[in-house]
Formats: sequence, structure tokens, C-alpha cells
Amino acid sequence: MNRLPLFIPFALCLALGAFLFFSLGKDPLDLPSALVGEPFPEFVLEELHEPERQVSTEDFDGQVLLVNVWATWCFACRIEHPWLNSLAKDGVVIVGLNYKDHRKLAQDWLQERGDPYQFSIFDPRGILGIDLGVYGAPETYLVDAEGVIRHRRVGVVDERVWNEEFRELYQQLVDEANDQ
Amino acid sequence: MISKFLPGSGWLKQVGLLLLLLSSAAMAVEDVVKFSDESLRPRYQQLLEELRCPKCQNQNLADSNSAISQDLRAEVQRLLGEGLTDAEIKEYLKNRYSEFILYRPELNRATWFLWAAPVVLVLLGGLIVLRLSRRKKPSASQESDIPVRSTDQQQRLDELLNSHKRGSE
Repeated sequence: MNRLPLFIPFALCLALGAFLFFSLGKDPLDLPSALVGEPFPEFVLEELHEPERQVSTEDFDGQVLLVNVWATWCFACRIEHPWLNSLAKDGVVIVGLNYKDHRKLAQDWLQERGDPYQFSIFDPRGILGIDLGVYGAPETYLVDAEGVIRHRRVGVVDERVWNEEFRELYQQLVDEANDQ
Repeated sequence: MISKFLPGSGWLKQVGLLLLLLSSAAMAVEDVVKFSDESLRPRYQQLLEELRCPKCQNQNLADSNSAISQDLRAEVQRLLGEGLTDAEIKEYLKNRYSEFILYRPELNRATWFLWAAPVVLVLLGGLIVLRLSRRKKPSASQESDIPVRSTDQQQRLDELLNSHKRGSE
């Protein structure tokens, strides 16, 4: 009798086990983003430091930039902040999106830790947050010169993440923008 | 009983118990949603059941109490008030939070396997059961003609058994 078919269930179990095992290493918070490749959502919101000033995507001004979602209540943002400061010092344009926060607290926080942002969008009710699909902080978006989102990072951007996920793409986008 | 641990006696205990009971009712009122049109409420409930909290992952919006779920519940309520259909609301959230947010995924190239797998597995199982039962039937009728050992064979068997016994002694 041919015994090969008897091993089919065993092979299936082995395949399932391998699939589950390799899925273990995946970060469950790493959701597919609906917005990569899409234009940055339109918004009109107040600037964090200048309440009378309205900011919108026009203020991106055709620059390749990062949009960093942060809040004073977000602990991981404190860990991330020094790296953002050093990126800004190296000339990377970063726009802050202060998410569901209090203006005074946020201003003090930046005063204390340094302000790496070219300007800061103040979104106390998370309106732009919902349009972006934000579900926590920090999150960081890489926007190209056309205003299209090219990469999204949920969680802290530190030196390692920058080198792994952002550096190359950022440089490429900047080069493209300079060529035109 | 709780009344044992309450100070005072008699009616005071009873008042204390009553207050305890009332306090839970007071907290439950916190998250009541108001609709101008009550007919929206069942649709609201249904949507919250089918939408997934992006932060807590294994809860739907109705069950989760995370900040983002509260915001998304408010958003669903707002969109219902604006007169969007259920499909439009799901589309709206899908465009922002990706398909992950739908507990009932749409049928497309990435999800057809999810939808097809149960049907395929049931059919496959049925097929296997059918084949196994067919294979058994003939053998069941032959049950009576299991070959009877001849005396010759019986002798050899006894010999073998005995030689084994001797060997192990």
C-alpha cells in the first residue's frame, strides 16, 4: 500500500506550524497604511505657537519633509525627541502635528526639550489625526515634494529606524526634488 | 455579605447598600450616545460591532475604551448624522485606517482565500469522509471470510511462541 498520503496531514501541520512560527516575529501594530502613495490629507488648523495663524498643506511649500505626530501625554515621544532634534540640526525639515493635547503644555514641552519643527500643527480634537489614520503617538510620515505620503512609521523614529526605513528614501526624494 | 462590612446598623446599612448599588448605575450613564433621530441607533450599534479598534486590535469599537475608539465612535456618530450610508461610512474609515478596520473584510485579491477557505475545507473534508466510507464498505462484507489458520500454520505459530519463551528464560 502506498503510504505517502498518510503523511499529508503531518505535512499540513508542519506547514501551519511554520507559518505561525514565522508570524510570531511580526509586529502586530505594524498595520498596512491606507495612505502610503496618497496625497497628504487637506487640513486647515491653527499653528501651535501662533493661534491666529492658520496652517495647511500649502505651508509644506513643496519641500520633502517629515510630519511627526506627537503629544505631551505620549511617553515614547520623549524618547524619540532627541533624535528629531538632531535630524533638524542636519537640515531635515520636520513639521510637528501636536495630537489631542493642550496648547500650553505642548508649548512648555517644546521649550524645555527643544523645538525641531519648522512649524507645528495644533490638532486638539484629532481631526487631522483621523484623516491620517493615526491611532496613537508617535507616528511619522515622509512626504515628498508633490505632497504625497511615501512612508509611514508607527512608533518611535530613532537612529536605527531612520537608517533602516527613512534615510535612503529621504535622500532619493530630496535628490529628485533638486533635479527638477 | 457586603452589609457585614458596612458601619452602622439596621436602616443605615440598608441605605449604604442602596448607595453602593446606585453608584454603579451613575457610572454606566457616562457613555450614553444621543441621536437626534433614534432610528440611527441600531445602525450605529451594528457598525460599532463590525469595526475594529486599530489600537487594541482584538476588540471592536463597541467593546474598546481606548482613546482612539472613543474618537472613532464619535466619528461614526457624526457621519451617521450627516446621512452617510453604512457602506459609505465603512469606506470612509477604510480609506484612513486601511482594511484592517473592517472585521468583515471585503472580497478582493488579498482576502478571497479567507472567504473561500471554509467552503474549500468543508468540501475537502466531505470528500475524504466519502472516500473512506466507500473503501470500508466492501471490506465490511468480507468480515466473515477472514482466513482461518490451518493446523499447519497454528503449529508453526505455537512453535515460534514457545521458542520465544524459552529464549527469554
